[in-house]
Amino acid sequence: MAITGISRRDVLRTLAMSAAGGSVLQVIPLEAAELAHQMVHKERAAAPTTKYAPKYFSARQFEMLTWLCDAIVPKDEKSGGAVEAGAPEFIDLLTSENEKFQLALGGGLMWLDNYCVDQYQKTFMECAPEQRKETLDLIAFRRNARKDHSLSQGVAFFAFLRKMTCDGYYTSKIGIADLEYIGNVTRSEWPGCPPLPE
Amino acid sequence: MFQINRSPKTYDVCVIGSGAGGGMAAKVLTEGGLNVVMLEAGPQVYPEKDYKMLMWPYELPHRGAGVGGHASENFGEFLAPNGAWQIEGEPYTSAAGANFQWFRSRIVGGRTNHWGRIALRFAPVDFQSKTRDGLGDDWPITYDDLAPYYDKVESYIGVFGTKENVPSAPDGVFLPPPKPRCTEILIKKACDKLNIACIPARLAILTKAHNGRLPCHYCGQCGRGCTTASNFSSSQVLLPPAMATGKLTLITGAMAREIVLNKDGKAEAVSYIDKATRTEKRVYAKAMVVAASACESARLLLNSKSTLFPDGLGNSTGNVGKYLTDSVGSDGWGEVPALEKMPPHNHDGTGGMHYYIPWWKFDRRNDFPRGYHIEMGGGRELPGVGMFDDLCDDEEGYGASLKRRARQVYGNTVGFAGRGEMIPNPDTYCELDPNKVDQWGIPVLRFHFKWSEYELRQARDMQETFKAIIEMMGGTYRTKTRIDGQYPFGILEGGKIIHEVGTARMGGDPKTSVLNAYCQSHDVKNVFVTDGAPLVSNPDKNPTLTIMALSWRASEYLLEEAKKGSL
Repeated sequence: MAITGISRRDVLRTLAMSAAGGSVLQVIPLEAAELAHQMVHKERAAAPTTKYAPKYFSARQFEMLTWLCDAIVPKDEKSGGAVEAGAPEFIDLLTSENEKFQLALGGGLMWLDNYCVDQYQKTFMECAPEQRKETLDLIAFRRNARKDHSLSQGVAFFAFLRKMTCDGYYTSKIGIADLEYIGNVTRSEWPGCPPLPE
Repeated sequence: MFQINRSPKTYDVCVIGSGAGGGMAAKVLTEGGLNVVMLEAGPQVYPEKDYKMLMWPYELPHRGAGVGGHASENFGEFLAPNGAWQIEGEPYTSAAGANFQWFRSRIVGGRTNHWGRIALRFAPVDFQSKTRDGLGDDWPITYDDLAPYYDKVESYIGVFGTKENVPSAPDGVFLPPPKPRCTEILIKKACDKLNIACIPARLAILTKAHNGRLPCHYCGQCGRGCTTASNFSSSQVLLPPAMATGKLTLITGAMAREIVLNKDGKAEAVSYIDKATRTEKRVYAKAMVVAASACESARLLLNSKSTLFPDGLGNSTGNVGKYLTDSVGSDGWGEVPALEKMPPHNHDGTGGMHYYIPWWKFDRRNDFPRGYHIEMGGGRELPGVGMFDDLCDDEEGYGASLKRRARQVYGNTVGFAGRGEMIPNPDTYCELDPNKVDQWGIPVLRFHFKWSEYELRQARDMQETFKAIIEMMGGTYRTKTRIDGQYPFGILEGGKIIHEVGTARMGGDPKTSVLNAYCQSHDVKNVFVTDGAPLVSNPDKNPTLTIMALSWRASEYLLEEAKKGSL
């Protein structure tokens, strides 16, 4: 649908009129609703991008969070990863508003540093890539904590971060496109299921 | 001196609550010529502004998780309930060992703004519970008494479905059903092989233009609220015609506190807290229709103490708050590889399922009484927060393999939700907590809740059925449940299905029931209750359609009584 030549104000006025215009049912024309929706979408897309200032995590922790998000859902041949999808910012926003998340994630990042200092005498980000991978391969699976109980807090932290990273990724434009979801549109007919392969 | 701020006029009827039951009463009563004032504890709803139809998750900073992720514990921030299982400043308590979850929607239209639109009639046998198996109580009315009102409600609100002649799921007045989704075609094939009935669902969604409302546009998001009112909500379908009569006065932000009796034992006013000013106000009416939701209505009656009714209005039996039930709920999901062969396609359809499984084992001997139906979901749904929680728990790991598995699981997932009938038991009820008030100073409810062996066996049967269907589809059932612990056989906490009913039941005997067969208080003749509270039993059919049919019937009776001057 072309939206050139119609201002946002025109659309909003149409919406207001149809809602108040004596119609018994407070419904608005579908086309107007769709138009308003597209406009909001375009405005958001046009907003200027500046470097993100973390709301909860320190700059150093945010860098660590970003690295972990990238490890959990990386870029691959098909699509971008969790960082491009804004997962670190999404996690930072929610964490800034929730004390439980602050403990689980803020404390979890500290745990990870402490663990690396014990193991490698370096913080997580100072570790070599293979040391970081070695650490993640341990805390990414519950079975490792069953063998070595000292890992259990790290496993719980990583399980939580994994879910939040997936949430951040698969609610983003690129994450939704990665799944090849088709929809969230209006249509006049419901054709049902395409022919099922035999 | 303190003066109560009273309404300048006396209305014919005061309706408390604007959801399915209250909205229907307001429509029928105003169209019948009465002047009605309606109290709603929440704010007005503005569909064009409030409903998040067609919005993408990434258009909200919290992506649907809500501030602090708190909306994830409810329905996410896209759905339109303006409510939750916990509302700040409005607590409730649970007795030791009980963990009842009470969902409240504070908004015009109440829970009808976000409900699943599943509109099922109770069956004839559902009204004769005790005659059938000796459990619970019979209703004072039969299916035939209510059937004309089911017809009227369906004809007015619009419900799609098909005539199927399934005894446990009576046919209604239906609009054409939408075609099945791919997941539903495969489920039906498997069900046919297992001799399980699988039929088009019955949802209050318009598959063609109806009574001036536009047909569905198949975005699959009914729970967010629909700006074109192509599905049913009280706020868009019942209140506008009531408003159009010019006889409805709607007061929002009004938390009803007490129904006040006059010296003759008749209700004469409702005291409410005006939330905006935190002051007490009083509205006068000749009759009251209480439809604040089953437990909220029980709370209001219990809080309406007088010398005549020291235990609460209409509570001479002591049964207000008793017989509380919710639906038995147990869910499960599996992966079906056959779905992986499907090319990406639009799977949205109407909000909710196009097919469902009505109770099909009604003529067999089962190891639990009554029955359940099965709702279904899955397939290529709009992604959202929490979608891959199960995958993350199952799969663990990270990186490329996790991303590959997410692609694979997305679209090949099939989910089931069993919804069954709970039998009322003496350990499940609500009462006033003697030690606690909410922020409006109103004593709060304390819940007692216990599943019995009947419900646990039903949940086990649900899990076995889900597994059998998934495996017949060539898939792998993924849900793991335990026989013990907090959720035996995956049974959810009471209240989680949001079908709580029965707290002011109707019945023929004033010594045992709170209301008569027209939802009228045995004790105080000008008080009616028209939400889920009057329901004598809680069959496996979601209660909303029956609430509206009962409310319509009660309102017609109220009109007649008003004409006769006998209120």
